[in-house]
Amino acid sequence: MYDAAIIGAGVIGSAIARELSKYEISICVVERDEDVCCGTSKANSAIIHAGFDAMPGTLKAKMNVLGNAMMDQLSKDLDFPFKRNGSLVVCTQEESLPKLEELLERGIKNGVPDVRIINAEEAKAMEPNLSDSVVAALYAPTGGIVCPFNMTIAMAENAAVNGVEFKLNTEVEDIKKADGGYILVTNKGDIQTKTVINAAGVYADKFHNMVSEDKIEIQARRGEYCLLDKTAGNHVSHTVFQLPSAMGKGVLVTPTVHGNLLIGPTAADVDNKEAINTTQDGLAYLQEKAGASIKNIPFRQVITSFAGLRAHEKGGEFIIGEAKDAKGFYDAAGIESPGLSAAPAIGAAVADMVKGDLKLKEKEDFIPVRKGIINPQALSFEERQALIKEKPEYGQIICRCEMISEGEIIDAIHRPLGARSLDGIKRRTRAGMGRCQSGFCSPRTMEILEREVPMSVYDITKMGGESQIVYHENKENL
Amino acid sequence: MNTYDIVIVGGGPAGLAAAQAARNRGAESILILERDKELGGILNQCIHNGFGLHTFKEELTGPEYAARFIEKVKAQNIEYRLNTMVIDITHDKVVTAMSREDGLYQIQAKAIILAMGCRERPRGALNIPGYRPAGIFSAGTAQRLVNMEGYMPGREVVILGSGDIGLIMARRMTLEGAKVKVVAELMPYSGGLKRNIVQCLDDFGIPLKLSHTVVDIDGKERVKGVTLAKVDEHSKPIPGTEEYIPCDTLLLSVGLLPENELSRSAGVELSPLHSGPVVDESLQTNIEGIFACGNVLHVHDLVDYVSEEAAAAGEHAADYVAGKGTESSSEAIQIIPTGGVRYTVPESVHTDKMADKLTVRFRVGAVYKNCYITTYFNDEQVSRRKRPVVAPGEMEQIILEKAKLQSYPGLKTITVKIEEA
Repeated sequence: MYDAAIIGAGVIGSAIARELSKYEISICVVERDEDVCCGTSKANSAIIHAGFDAMPGTLKAKMNVLGNAMMDQLSKDLDFPFKRNGSLVVCTQEESLPKLEELLERGIKNGVPDVRIINAEEAKAMEPNLSDSVVAALYAPTGGIVCPFNMTIAMAENAAVNGVEFKLNTEVEDIKKADGGYILVTNKGDIQTKTVINAAGVYADKFHNMVSEDKIEIQARRGEYCLLDKTAGNHVSHTVFQLPSAMGKGVLVTPTVHGNLLIGPTAADVDNKEAINTTQDGLAYLQEKAGASIKNIPFRQVITSFAGLRAHEKGGEFIIGEAKDAKGFYDAAGIESPGLSAAPAIGAAVADMVKGDLKLKEKEDFIPVRKGIINPQALSFEERQALIKEKPEYGQIICRCEMISEGEIIDAIHRPLGARSLDGIKRRTRAGMGRCQSGFCSPRTMEILEREVPMSVYDITKMGGESQIVYHENKENL
Repeated sequence: MNTYDIVIVGGGPAGLAAAQAARNRGAESILILERDKELGGILNQCIHNGFGLHTFKEELTGPEYAARFIEKVKAQNIEYRLNTMVIDITHDKVVTAMSREDGLYQIQAKAIILAMGCRERPRGALNIPGYRPAGIFSAGTAQRLVNMEGYMPGREVVILGSGDIGLIMARRMTLEGAKVKVVAELMPYSGGLKRNIVQCLDDFGIPLKLSHTVVDIDGKERVKGVTLAKVDEHSKPIPGTEEYIPCDTLLLSVGLLPENELSRSAGVELSPLHSGPVVDESLQTNIEGIFACGNVLHVHDLVDYVSEEAAAAGEHAADYVAGKGTESSSEAIQIIPTGGVRYTVPESVHTDKMADKLTVRFRVGAVYKNCYITTYFNDEQVSRRKRPVVAPGEMEQIILEKAKLQSYPGLKTITVKIEEA
């Protein structure tokens, strides 16, 4: 019997797992997909919000500001890309200025450091491509950008190294109360556990409602994005928001931590919780609305578009804590924006509750740091030379758009929770994430997977399940 | 730092022809850097025939065409390094490269020939809505999987785009046992060669739907189907014309883009019209001693023209390192594309540096029937050639004669245009 079973290996499940792995505990993470970071965590704005948006006193506000403050240390300890590029909320109409003031007040009440309103001149000096109609902006220097994949993967890897068991391709079908805890009924058999932690994203309501009469309801709210080539990455240097509306934070324009330009999201409620498709209307909307804050966006440089689902709980607030009528069942539900920013704080908060209830002891041999995949491009000429001399596979470029070497891909396969699919490799190394979108490198990445795992070429998938790349040899179907 | 007279970036058809021509012109120290495991570039996966009709007066497959050049390069003892990625070029011609064997190193070149080729536009560039499952391939990726690796990436296929690779793959997939249901083309005309439409689609009964595009992709893990719709004259989908086609594969053949990341880092000026370097009659870029040829310069239709152009670049580079013909006493004459002509290569000419005849290649922006390709010196029309049809999928050319240019008083601009009869 496990002490704790976490449902969902997204950023929240991974954050909780990592925090709990600091204690003497037997714990597993149950994930329906073939890898960690496959749901909302992989398709979002990749922003670490400063924390001025949520209403003062809410969990959203508190966790956001706390999580934001934890990011410097966390990104350093776990070696994932994070940058405080600062964020701007742009006001383009004089009559909306009171709303901007309101946002400033909220920011101050929430404890956002150094947040202030700047005039149009100052804003344009900071961000030359701001729309000419800008009248003022809220500036929050603590806003940041992060690689959401590597943030999630880093926490999961570190949790795994510290003894957390990840059960991938394992889908929870039912939860039963049992003596001393719960039984998770899965497609891979039953899992017995003293406590359950529900970090199931858009499906958190389903699992919560299996054990509790205090029902919750998660509405999937789709957000579509366009990602532009790195040649457009300098179009803005800050994360530029429009003044929020009732449906969300408006269309933002931001550099990504890897140097692309990201535009999005839309906000549309969808009934189908698997509907991560983009739509004609959504993509058109982005092109139409993004211009309100930033001019001359080179939309011809779009290299991909994608959609993610926000887990919007009908109450509009994070639900964090033990369910009232289900002892030992903890929710981390309704984690929509600013969920990514809040994740480290949510991880710590949930772990704290479980620790208290299970009377956990701190581990003496906890490993707090994790080394990421080497980024040869960040090395000096001499360092890179030395690396290739020692490990020649770093001299063989596989992904020519992002200049990713075979060494990085091999590392992505062999490290803890190693990649087994093309998307898994992509999220860990960026191979295939560039302007040709894996056209050149996917056959070569497949060769490396085939050799290193090893696995049959017919079992290689884009993202697990039925997503195989090739079916059979030529002429087999003739 | 090692030094070479000429470093050629890319060992495909352009790089090979350039190397060979440079050697014939007397260049001694030449190095070809090739990122793949063999010379020949994309020709190695083009196992269909039809290559070399102009150059060798016979129909060769891609690998056969490449082999003729590779053999000569080897016979001429031209040095080449495989599995070698050039990661940077500077304006003062320092080339940074790396490979498993040789590690990371720099080379000082006297001249550089850019011959990196092109890549395919991906799905994202079209912003096709829908899911992002497995089963969406650029036609060239599918070609590599089938022709080089021997694996079938699909059973039931829809192809978007009627570029040549798409047409070739429609036939190849059919021959290898897949069912190609339809080729959809956004434009009211095909982007590929006429002969490919006949030989790859018509001969196999594969329908070509012009003025159609994919408006939705279905299937979360693997493609389950796509929705096609007819488009209006502004290429916008017409509501009510949607048709769902079940399939497991979508191949994209929606255009090629010259791969100029290295050119950009060196400070080479790029043309927004053909996405390649701006060059003069010597195929020299704005940076002295850096030349460009092949698909990195502009996307070609036939490899024969690549070889021809690259040979010229090789000769000019050899002359440059020999100190011949680098100075120009004449003002450059600008070549201006207009009236249906999208771009020209080259875009300027120095009469004292040009050969007796200079081929100017270009593409048109739409299909024109019964038209004239006209050339103007300043404002005077100097030639007019009738063409029954010109189309964006096929390259066109005019020939400039040195004697005529030099004898024309006060020649500042040469304008190339399409005029309808």
